[in-house]
Amino acid sequence: MAAPRPRSDLRAETTAARLAALELPQGGFTAPARADALARLQAMGLPTRRDEYWKYTDPTTLTAADASPAAVLVDAEPPVFGAIDRLKIVFVDGVFDAAASDDLSLEGLEISRLADAGDIHWAQGLYGTLEAQGQIPVARPLAALNSAAATDGVLIRVTGRVSKPVELIYRHMSEASDAILHHLVKIDPQADVTILESGPGAARFNTAMEVDLGAKASFHHIRVQGSDHHRRAVTHVFARIASEATFKSFTLTMNGALTRNEAVLDIVGDHATAHVAGAAVGDAKSVPFHQDDTVFVTHAGTHCESRQVFKKVLKNGATGVFQGKILVKPGAQKTDGYQISQALLLDGDSQFLAKPELEIYADDVKCSHGSTSGAIDDTALFYLRSRGVPLAEAQALLVLSFLGDAIAEIEDAGIAGAITDRLEAWLARRL
Amino acid sequence: MLEIKNLHVKLEEEDKVILKGVDLTVEAGKVHAIMGPNGSGKSTLSYVLSGRGGYEVTEGSATLDGAELLDMEPEERAAAGLFLAFQYPVEIPGVGNMTFLRTAVNAQRKARGEPEVSAAEFLKLVRAQAKLLNIDAEMLKRPVNVGFSGGEKKRNEILQMAMLEPRMCILDETDSGLDVDAMRLVADGVNALRDGKRGFLVITHYQRLLDHIKPDVVHIMADGRIVKTGGPELALEVEENGYTDILAEVQ
Ligand SMILES: Nc1ncnc2c1ncn2[C@@H]1O[C@H](COP(=O)(O)OP(=O)(O)OP(=O)(O)O)[C@@H](O)[C@H]1O
Ligand SMILES: [Mg+2]
Repeated sequence: MAAPRPRSDLRAETTAARLAALELPQGGFTAPARADALARLQAMGLPTRRDEYWKYTDPTTLTAADASPAAVLVDAEPPVFGAIDRLKIVFVDGVFDAAASDDLSLEGLEISRLADAGDIHWAQGLYGTLEAQGQIPVARPLAALNSAAATDGVLIRVTGRVSKPVELIYRHMSEASDAILHHLVKIDPQADVTILESGPGAARFNTAMEVDLGAKASFHHIRVQGSDHHRRAVTHVFARIASEATFKSFTLTMNGALTRNEAVLDIVGDHATAHVAGAAVGDAKSVPFHQDDTVFVTHAGTHCESRQVFKKVLKNGATGVFQGKILVKPGAQKTDGYQISQALLLDGDSQFLAKPELEIYADDVKCSHGSTSGAIDDTALFYLRSRGVPLAEAQALLVLSFLGDAIAEIEDAGIAGAITDRLEAWLARRL
Repeated sequence: MLEIKNLHVKLEEEDKVILKGVDLTVEAGKVHAIMGPNGSGKSTLSYVLSGRGGYEVTEGSATLDGAELLDMEPEERAAAGLFLAFQYPVEIPGVGNMTFLRTAVNAQRKARGEPEVSAAEFLKLVRAQAKLLNIDAEMLKRPVNVGFSGGEKKRNEILQMAMLEPRMCILDETDSGLDVDAMRLVADGVNALRDGKRGFLVITHYQRLLDHIKPDVVHIMADGRIVKTGGPELALEVEENGYTDILAEVQ
């Protein structure tokens, strides 16, 4: 549990007001874990701008008692993963929609809903556990709030090789919706699953996913956050990664007044791999765009490899934030840690704020990090135009090539293609 | 076809004047060569004609088939038929050479109201051209000019020219960095486009290229002006004696 912090009145008041506006779920197998999470939250309080990891992102709208409304985007685009054969699980403003969802049975998987799950043994040991561990050394109060107050989610146990991805589809239909979902994914040794997520979810959306990877297990996660301009989201992925397991997560963020994506990856085994990547594109012309990736990778095992690849394209005063840490614990020898965060600023008003951190307590490791921000290369732009490529198309080509390193983190070519198509359409509208 | 009249150009950011009244006309079917000392303004002329930013035209005009180039965006100039083979071809990481070529060809076709070429047809055309220029198929898959040798970059410029089939080709020191065999391939590429309807402006320091691409007219540029114009023998004179005598004579 996190050490109690000095509590300002504002922090205590905000926390009390937020909790007062919530109806906390009662009973069920998660009751003890939820009570613990609530105690954690009350001890640390909701975040304020004064917290070290909230300096660049104002949490006010995420911690307020009520969600600010967000207009529902009338989206003419087909579903991003529509061409991919997958098992669909649909939530509308955070409420499970059975009619829109597929049958939840699939070979190699056991799927249940958090809201109506009985006493599932494996889930009982997991719910809130990785979140609680992830509170050290940096507090993540909105994740504790999630564990305490989530109204629904899915519990996925992966027992073998799964034939198709599972997609969590988050529809946003009501202007003022405020949703909290909590998912658990437990992957047995050598088992393998791909989880897709798409959609805005709600006007204000708080998600947490705890992923427990057994030895030699693999987890592929590709997420496309909804493009509704006014939506606000805070997401958390907590992973525990055992020996020789592979964790790969990619997130595409397009639009959104506020997005905070936290990934807390604990590599506990040896010879494991953990990659987390993101591509974000935002144009703050008519609605603000503020996108924040906060990543914490801990190496406890030996011979492990981690990669963080984040790219942001910012326009008209948009803001991008990257806070990424690689922590190499004593004894985690032969660690190969890599981190890159880059922003392409399409004008002088946009800004990129980066806080890359390395903390290394082992001597035989290879860790590197880099962070850059800059404009489109004028020389390259002129070269393309001199060959007849129109300005907007030339810019789009260069922007896509800039994002290429992040997209390359997606292993499946079909999924990477779907992501690229989405980006191309966005760029065609925005450049 | 290309008509440059009294062109004066300064740098946008500083008060440095680079072109001080260039007059030059290239007729259809002709090859004009420009020679001249380092820093005399040859590349600047080629950039200004193709629309690179950073320069300010203070006087004069440049028309292609009667249309004012200086009022057009770079891509419009390209669609009008202008092509510049860069002295220093640009590397574009992350953009495949093939994607780049196809985007360019189709963009120009679209601008001219012509149908796009299909991917399959395009692949066939590029492969054939690349073979003529001795460009490896593997190079076509790599990002534009990234990791290409100096000579490979120059050959890639000529490949682009061959695919785009421009009416007015400007070659800025395309011969520099080419080995003897590559020079011949590049010259063959240029000569293949000499069908009497296109114009060529070949910027070079050496007679060697002009042995392969026979010029009709040779100009000497010095300090931002064309100071002397003559036939192919002028290039031989430069090769033999350098610029000192010519410059002294025109002073
Ligand atoms: N963007 C710029 N900034 C500063 N100086 C410039 C710029 N562009 C051109 N110049 C200057 O203008 C002059 C002409 O340059 P240019 O490149 O046109 O010469 P050139 O005739 O092509 O020379 P070379 O034979 O060496 O290629 C040079 O003195 C050069 O330094
Ligand atoms: Mg030059």
